[in-house]
Amino acid sequence: MTVADDHQLPRPVDWSAPDAVRRRRSRHAADRRLQWIGIGAISIAIGLLAVLITTLSFSGYRAFVQTMITVDFTIPADIDPTDPRSSRRFRTVVADSLAAKFDEVERSELRSLSQLLTNNAPFLLRDHVAANPSLVGTTVTLAIPAADPVDQFNKGTIVRETPEDRRRISDRQIAWFDTLDAEGRIAAPFNWGLFFNADSRFPELAGLSGAIVGSFYALLVCFLISFPIGIAAAVYLEEFAPANRWTDLIEVNINNLAAVPSIVFGLLGLAVFLNFFGLPRSAPLVGGMVLALMTLPTMIIVTRAALKAVPPSIREAALGVGASKHQVMTHHVLPLAMPGILTGAIIGLAQALGETAPLLLIGMNAFITSPPGGLLDASTALPTQIFIWADSPERGFVARTSAGILVLLGFLIVMNGVAIFLRQRLERKW
Amino acid sequence: MTSKFLTGIAAVAFATATMTGAAVARDQIRIVGSSTVFPFTQAVAEEFANLTGKSAPVVESTGTGGGMKIFCEGIGEDHADITGASRAMKESEYQLCLENGVDSITEVLIGFDGLSIATARANESGVDLTKAQIFQALAAEVEVDGAVVDNPFQKWSDIDASLPDVAIQVFGPPPTSGTRDAFVELVMEEGCEAFAAIEALDGDRKDEVCQRMRQDGPFIEAGENDNLIVQRLNADDTAYGIFGYSFLFENLDTLKGVPVEGIGPSVETIASGDYKVSRPLFFYIKNAHRGVIDGLEEFVTEYVSEEAFGDGGYLTERGLIPLSMEQRDATRESVGGSMHMTRYGS
Repeated sequence: MTVADDHQLPRPVDWSAPDAVRRRRSRHAADRRLQWIGIGAISIAIGLLAVLITTLSFSGYRAFVQTMITVDFTIPADIDPTDPRSSRRFRTVVADSLAAKFDEVERSELRSLSQLLTNNAPFLLRDHVAANPSLVGTTVTLAIPAADPVDQFNKGTIVRETPEDRRRISDRQIAWFDTLDAEGRIAAPFNWGLFFNADSRFPELAGLSGAIVGSFYALLVCFLISFPIGIAAAVYLEEFAPANRWTDLIEVNINNLAAVPSIVFGLLGLAVFLNFFGLPRSAPLVGGMVLALMTLPTMIIVTRAALKAVPPSIREAALGVGASKHQVMTHHVLPLAMPGILTGAIIGLAQALGETAPLLLIGMNAFITSPPGGLLDASTALPTQIFIWADSPERGFVARTSAGILVLLGFLIVMNGVAIFLRQRLERKW
Repeated sequence: MTSKFLTGIAAVAFATATMTGAAVARDQIRIVGSSTVFPFTQAVAEEFANLTGKSAPVVESTGTGGGMKIFCEGIGEDHADITGASRAMKESEYQLCLENGVDSITEVLIGFDGLSIATARANESGVDLTKAQIFQALAAEVEVDGAVVDNPFQKWSDIDASLPDVAIQVFGPPPTSGTRDAFVELVMEEGCEAFAAIEALDGDRKDEVCQRMRQDGPFIEAGENDNLIVQRLNADDTAYGIFGYSFLFENLDTLKGVPVEGIGPSVETIASGDYKVSRPLFFYIKNAHRGVIDGLEEFVTEYVSEEAFGDGGYLTERGLIPLSMEQRDATRESVGGSMHMTRYGS
């Protein structure tokens, strides 16, 4: 190396030299790899979601239709549908009306013939007649849900080829079913019962209305508690609190609480709300209170973020024209932060809607055959209803479990959709 | 504008909340307890509500032990009226009840539940197991050549050459389940009696050997969800599963029961007592609540009626194995007379 070399200017780079071309190519390849890894990651995530939704739809679509059998019932003239004791007679009416359709039905076969219809058919008929008293003494044509084994047979989950002793529907029942089918008395319309019936032991009658109403009440309580408290706490912490060790401590604790597993809140609810305050078990009120505990930290955090996003110039301008601190907050900052707060609240509520563990501990997984009439009535919620169905032995509940999950996912998508809509419509950019 | 809109929402919500929160006094029966008794109680609850037009009882599946705890908490509107149990009340639980003032309890035997070991229809091996073989397959420690050692068996054929040459793979309930308690009591403890070296152990150690399930893989705790076990069995035809008979009953098209001691599970063999792996099911009534809680009397009467728990009643359609006629009459008599249980003295 000579002295002259030190002072030489660097030679212009020869971009077309093989060395440079190779380097450039490898850098471009690295760019593409990074891009592909990203695309790969997104595809995996979307793929998994697609697999989940497809399997759910595949196993759940059957629950969205229900096999119905149309039967002509002959109602005796001397029956009083308003008398609870008439139910046993309605059972005979159902069996006899079905038997009248077929020529040779032995008395001993009446029972297995009635089992084509749901076990609650007499009650459905009784309630129908009670609602229309003029029907007493006439012939009523009514579509009644088929019993679960018949429903499964019609939907193809139980197949004809299976030997008789291995399926829940006998050869004789299949023959009856075929006769009814040939007469066009079998139909499989959309299963409105899934949304408008409460829970039942019989899958053909079980629906989500109790769970939907229960979830609604619980979320209402959750919203009424966590929304005002969350906003008030956030406003204080963000606008009034002095910056000292205490507020730091509170802040750390709020962030920690947001990460506490939900079952802990359930245990707390059990110990405090049920055992100490003596509130009723399984009530949506208690469920909502527990969910509110869970949602509160999230509420405070999103509200603070929304308040922070309001530019200081707004506060300063308001203070400058002589507004007091509370006027600045209620007239300017809070309204401007509201879209952000609402979005956060909806996402927090969506999370609470899907929460199961704390509800199990306070008994919101009970079997209840009517929707709750108020906040203190026992009830289930959507996720706990899915939990109960998932553990039921009847075939029909397998499809109903998936259908329940799809309904829950539907509600979550709607709530998140509303949150996104609100954010896009109302949010202001500064 | 936005704040007015919000105030509106809040006002409406608050009004709904106050309007709907009126009813406080309890007009529903509250039932807790075993998940095995749960489906039967559900069926009676629904029938009861339909028959009488009263509001349906609230039935909660808490497990037998959890149910006893809630049931024995005390007397009054805040406490449960009935608890279901897949085993008899333990003496400690009885004492807890007494301490809390629950001093009149009627024990009601409703029927039997078979525990079944099931496998996929596609499994052609046709095994027939003895309790001793099941014990050898699933216990943590077994007897080999007169010594008690950690379970070395990995394949069924390791236990007995007549059994198939496939890996042992059994799905069963977790320790918190009443089904697990019953399985240990009815199969494992009886199976271990066949082994002299284990019989020779002293009390506590013997109980431990007889009751502890292996943790090294072949026995798989599948959670409380029996439908999952059913799906796993259909996916793998060399696997076996342990669950209540009602799940086998519902899935007979894809699953079959494995005979134990030469007899397969069916309604007939369980009812006759020939199939040995079955357990009694109970519910317990808090007598202080009878006549106080509206409908309780009618509910228990409906539960022990012939239409419900009799031979061919609607509970047998859900898989309950009925009692004999004399036992049913005895049950009805003790329910009718609100007789206090005598299991632990009176």
